[in-house]
Amino acid sequence: MEKVLLKGNEIIGEAAIRSGCRLFFGYPITPSTEVVEYLSKHFPKHGGTVLQAEDEIGAINMCYGAATTGSRVMTASSGPGISLKQEGLSFSAAAELPMVIVNVNRCGPGLGGLGPAQSDYFQSVKGGGHGDYRLIVLAPSKAQELYDYTMEAFDLADKHRNPVLILTDGFLGQTMEPVVLKDRPKAPEIDRSWTVGGCKGREKRIVASYSLTNEIGEANNLRWEAKYKDIQEKEQRWEEFHTEDAEYLLVSYGTTGRICKSTVLNARKKGIKLGLIRPITLWPFPEKAFVPHKDRVKGIVTVELNTGQMIEDVKLAVECKMPVELYRRQGGMLPTEHEILDYLEDRFNLSAVEEV
Amino acid sequence: MMDKVILAGFGGQGVMFLGKVLAYAGMGADLELCWIPSYGPEMRGGTANCSVILSDEEIYSHVIDYADAAIVLNKPAYDKFAPRIKSGGVLVVNSSLAKLDNVRDDIKIIEIPATDIANEIGNTSIANMVCLGALLPNLKLVDLEKVEKAMNELTKKKPELLEGNLTAIQKGISFVKA
Repeated sequence: MEKVLLKGNEIIGEAAIRSGCRLFFGYPITPSTEVVEYLSKHFPKHGGTVLQAEDEIGAINMCYGAATTGSRVMTASSGPGISLKQEGLSFSAAAELPMVIVNVNRCGPGLGGLGPAQSDYFQSVKGGGHGDYRLIVLAPSKAQELYDYTMEAFDLADKHRNPVLILTDGFLGQTMEPVVLKDRPKAPEIDRSWTVGGCKGREKRIVASYSLTNEIGEANNLRWEAKYKDIQEKEQRWEEFHTEDAEYLLVSYGTTGRICKSTVLNARKKGIKLGLIRPITLWPFPEKAFVPHKDRVKGIVTVELNTGQMIEDVKLAVECKMPVELYRRQGGMLPTEHEILDYLEDRFNLSAVEEV
Repeated sequence: MMDKVILAGFGGQGVMFLGKVLAYAGMGADLELCWIPSYGPEMRGGTANCSVILSDEEIYSHVIDYADAAIVLNKPAYDKFAPRIKSGGVLVVNSSLAKLDNVRDDIKIIEIPATDIANEIGNTSIANMVCLGALLPNLKLVDLEKVEKAMNELTKKKPELLEGNLTAIQKGISFVKA
């Protein structure tokens, strides 16, 4: 299979092309710009269209329009651009539209900076816009996963008729790593009986969520709730790294997720039984991953690039049965593998183990 | 086995390209690798740096606190990155543009007048490749053959650049062997 060396953001573009996506609407913003740049160059050869909208609000609503026809569609942005898209995302979730949104998380709040961050965790997994909805959120940690998860994002979006968000950062986006261009997995059978695009010879269809009748409103909410529960049941994904005999766990995703793997190996060399749970789906949060560990593990550290957001979901998943601590860097800074281990040793008083 | 390499200099000295040569050499050798540019404001003039990690097994953390090797093409890059080399590591310094002070004695420092050598070849902008030549015998996972293949690949669109770059690498290798 073909192996290429590309930047993380470019690989998202390549995966979109190979997923059969032919429509991209966006507005460039650093550090996500290589996605639209790559697609601008390569999409036309495949019959695809890249349209730079007047702004992010325009772009997300173009995605809404395209998705109502059953076409695969993607947008990408960052920080303030993702904030601007929230209204459109809420509408898209309500209309149950499959689409893929890439958020190359820059540090915030406000205009913030360009460095890697995970400050948009809450925004991504708790809804983000108004109303009560969920996006499926995938968190890649290396270039190959940017490729694989982008492909999967389109299938998940179609399968559940729901927007899927890929949460990445500029460090992953700018780094070049070898990627195997795997063939697209067999696309799921998709029910297109809800799409619009000409109703000659059939009943009119309307793709919208508006209702002034509370009874209808509640029925809609219950339907969406049932769908979200179904997704929570079926789509939790995570990776475990040296968890079999772990006495302590790191929990981390994306860029810090892979840094933590080095921490785990360093800890094991020192005789500390450390493992890692790396959530792949941030929503649905992989609660199931913690079931075998929550009565066994002595302590957990979540490693995040924010003031502590995912830690809330981890505490719920382990029912606060053991201490759950936070190690974090912010503002675009990244932790090294060593400082994470120093924190763990200090927090759980593990220096004695070291001398064994 | 792993080579963590930092490359730094002024914008325009071909720092990113230097990294790409190493990265493509790693691709040719079917290694795991990361090419990590500094991005943001540093892209707009001033010092530029990038790092390359080459490995024969999966690369987990790609945040380099201490590198196995570095090439610094000017004095500000030397000042910034000399402390970031592991004890026992290798530092190639373009001595045409960096006169050293506070020299560490726990790392191998190769001072090479790369800009002068590049000027002798007739192209001041290939000082980066002269330094690469000086570093190459000190890397664990790529060799001249791999680098030549990478250079072929990277100069496909401008084949006239191939010979000068390869000459520069050779001069760098000869300098450290002499």
